[in-house]
Amino acid sequence: MHNLTLAELSAGLGAGEFSSVEVTQHFLARIKRLDGNYNSFITLTEEAALAQAAQADKLLAAGNAPALCGVPIAHKDIFCTSGVRTSCGSKMLDNFVPPYDATVVENLAAAGVVVLGKTNMDEFAMGSSNETSYYGPVKNPWHTDCVPGGSSGGSAAAVAARLTPAATATDTGGSIRQPAALCGITGLKPTYGRVSRWGMIAFASSLDQGGPMARTAADAALMLNEMAGFDSKDSTSIEHDVPDYRATLNDDISGMTIGVPEEYFDEGLNPATEQATRNALAELEKQGAKLKAISLPHSHLSVPAYYVIAPAEASANLSRFDGARYGYRCENPADLRDMYMRSRSEGFGDEVKQRILIGAYCLSAGYYDAYYNKAMQVRRLIKEDFVSAFKDVDMIAGPTCPNPAFEFGAKSDDPVAMYLEDIYTIATNLAGLPGMSLPCGLVDDKPVGLQLIGNYFEEGRMLNVAHCYQQVSDWHSRCAPGID
Amino acid sequence: MTWETVIGLEVHTQLATKTKIFSGASTEFGAAPNTQACAIDLAMPGTLPVLNAEAVRMAVMFGVAIGAEIGLVSAFDRKNYFYPDSPKGYQTTQLAKPIVLAGEVDIQLDDGTTKTVRIHHAHLEEDAGKSLHEDFHGMSGIDLNRAGTPLIEIVSEPDMNSPEEAVAFAKKLHALVVSIGICDGEMAQGSMRFDVNVSVRKKGAELGMRTETKNLNSFRFMERAIVQEVERQIDLLEDGGKVKQETRLYDGDTHTARSMRSKEEANDYRYFPCPDLLPVEIDQAYVDAVKAALPELPEARHQRFIESFDLSAYDATVLCDDMATAHYFETVASQCGDAKLAANWVTGELAAKLNSEEQAIQHSPVSAEQLAALIARIVDKTISNKMAREVFAAMWQGEGEPDTIIEARGLKQVSDSGAIEAMVDEVIANSAKQVENYRNADAAKRPKMLGYFVGQIMKASKGQANPQQVNEVLLKKLNELL
Repeated sequence: MHNLTLAELSAGLGAGEFSSVEVTQHFLARIKRLDGNYNSFITLTEEAALAQAAQADKLLAAGNAPALCGVPIAHKDIFCTSGVRTSCGSKMLDNFVPPYDATVVENLAAAGVVVLGKTNMDEFAMGSSNETSYYGPVKNPWHTDCVPGGSSGGSAAAVAARLTPAATATDTGGSIRQPAALCGITGLKPTYGRVSRWGMIAFASSLDQGGPMARTAADAALMLNEMAGFDSKDSTSIEHDVPDYRATLNDDISGMTIGVPEEYFDEGLNPATEQATRNALAELEKQGAKLKAISLPHSHLSVPAYYVIAPAEASANLSRFDGARYGYRCENPADLRDMYMRSRSEGFGDEVKQRILIGAYCLSAGYYDAYYNKAMQVRRLIKEDFVSAFKDVDMIAGPTCPNPAFEFGAKSDDPVAMYLEDIYTIATNLAGLPGMSLPCGLVDDKPVGLQLIGNYFEEGRMLNVAHCYQQVSDWHSRCAPGID
Repeated sequence: MTWETVIGLEVHTQLATKTKIFSGASTEFGAAPNTQACAIDLAMPGTLPVLNAEAVRMAVMFGVAIGAEIGLVSAFDRKNYFYPDSPKGYQTTQLAKPIVLAGEVDIQLDDGTTKTVRIHHAHLEEDAGKSLHEDFHGMSGIDLNRAGTPLIEIVSEPDMNSPEEAVAFAKKLHALVVSIGICDGEMAQGSMRFDVNVSVRKKGAELGMRTETKNLNSFRFMERAIVQEVERQIDLLEDGGKVKQETRLYDGDTHTARSMRSKEEANDYRYFPCPDLLPVEIDQAYVDAVKAALPELPEARHQRFIESFDLSAYDATVLCDDMATAHYFETVASQCGDAKLAANWVTGELAAKLNSEEQAIQHSPVSAEQLAALIARIVDKTISNKMAREVFAAMWQGEGEPDTIIEARGLKQVSDSGAIEAMVDEVIANSAKQVENYRNADAAKRPKMLGYFVGQIMKASKGQANPQQVNEVLLKKLNELL
């Protein structure tokens, strides 16, 4: 049953082949049996899940079931869930139970999903390896000595290990696409403003975007159908019609021009990853797509610009965690200053503290122009690169990451090496463009991903290309070793 | 050596929106602590601000009222600092792109001249909560009801040269924002708070080093604080010292100010554009519509009072001094039918009573409608002015409506001509000697002799006879006897 896709489970529930309670029990049992190996969940919501499943079965029986009725999923622990602890992977919020749902959570609930639990993640979504979680690292189901990628490593590993058919995730600099690539699944970061950020704990507000993780493009389309849409509670949400992403999955891609940026095939790219990527591009060419070499000349500036802008925003976003109203407070504070200093020193992990310090520094008097302002100028140049590229091409494609999953600790002491793992994904966040990753090969028996970057609001087209590729490839249906 | 004082003001003005600038929580004053703070005001994780369009409209109203250019694209920034009454750890404000750009406000000085004070800009921002330092046994309580209340901070140029000018400017702003309805003007509730920047210099010299005294919430405190600060700075300079750039805090209880922090200790607020809010874009048509719908400004009201109520410039100035008085007067004048009489009563009897009991006109025990009803009885000659003062005193004591009091006290003026004629006849019949004297007197002396008869008639009527009518009838009857 856990080998069925979200679409297959939904169809089976609709046809009465099995009940939602059966499906839910199956996945819950599987998580309990196997997740000790992966640590992909922080919180399991067994009781609520079974109640939701029972309710879904009633709706299914009555014949007026919403789109994803009775299908189990998991939420990244960055999305606030009313009455369920939402930790954001941090000791700071280990005791935090929100009294409200994120809009994404609300939308999916309205679509009838059953929530199995909350998935592990890098602390406050800051990380590319899931090693910064207060709840311990997540292990890559393909190779448990390796990282699953981050920050949505829990969601990625849970889908890859078939502990859930799909999960929500967020992407600030690659946090959906990079773990999707490293775990051999399909993940999509929508256009900035496509999915509401209400109730999604902020890391870098101008870059954060929620999106789905699933095994197939078709499943990602099902999820995105429910997640996307304007939300008056998020001022940066954009009023733009949400198409039925399933409807265009099978569109003919012949004649489509796919831009291949030379900067994404630089010396930092693992040769075997490059080969897998080029094979996938050749496959798209076979289906009639035209490949066109393009240049995104400011690509090399995306990582430095990102590591100014994201920490700058984070330094302010994380100021609210002060021990005063919720979350962690140090024992016996002597005075206000002591409460602030110790609550924050004890409640945040090292990576979070490092980024707060970098961000505060970049915004300081005397440094603002040299760092923040300069980074914002670079951001505009990067966006212009894409805008001009999309005048000639319909889609951009390349590798998601330079390398397959690395071993734990391999890059923990070298933040720059770690940050470079996001070198191909960060630019899309800076530009606000949609991007996705889909499995396109194995390197050293570890998955690597093909990245697609679409023009604004072209999620449907990306899913179309991804689906067409998945019709002629089987990387997405391969299973990590040891997973039955 | 003569010193010149230079003053600039920053005026925090709470906007009279129903809900907060970035959330749907109520802005009502005086609720139990933390009952008007929603998840957004509490800065709960994952919550996001949504700008209140009404706050934007009110800020634009202020801008057009002072003839300022409006920032058609304005933007919010984050001002970072840690303090428990600032739950997000930053204040959302406008630094680089404020909504109201340069404008002007004219103030009237005591010598009758007018001075123009330039406004540098006014920007939208959120108010902080309140820290409560009493009743918590060595801890502080935090009330976040006020957090997120919309403010415009109005920043003047350093165009004022005396405490009196600063107060005149502050009062002018107060009257303006209240009259256009964007602020309730309740100073005691903190609806308007002033920071004053003060420096002194020798006439004609470069600007001196300035200090900022924060959070003055009354005109009186502001005036006192400026007077003190000017004295302090002059004393320092005359003793050969230097004024240090610093922020000072005025204590309204002790009427003293102390240094809060020096320039070296000043916070680095690390301002940057707020990524949760898009720039506010408005077009000229919107600004024009706000301008067209703007309520009457104080100057225009002053002019109208002179023209349509036929008031003296002095009366109009007194009545337009604050919005509440103007509004009160206008209600009385329009309902009683005699604007001049209404003006006399509002600036005379009512003002005296309010002053002696330190009452604000909004809280006057005698409402405008009641005073109008009373004056209407003078106009229709039911009572005399003198009786009206007695009725007014009774109304002030809460004895009820004027007609009820007039009735209960039997104060009705007798204007029935038959009754008055009968009384006049009776007095004439009983005063044969005085009538004889009158007939024999020179015509020039006769008017003086009327007093006796009037006195007798008023006595007979227990003071209720309409004196004017008595005079007329008496004169007619006596002249018939000549």
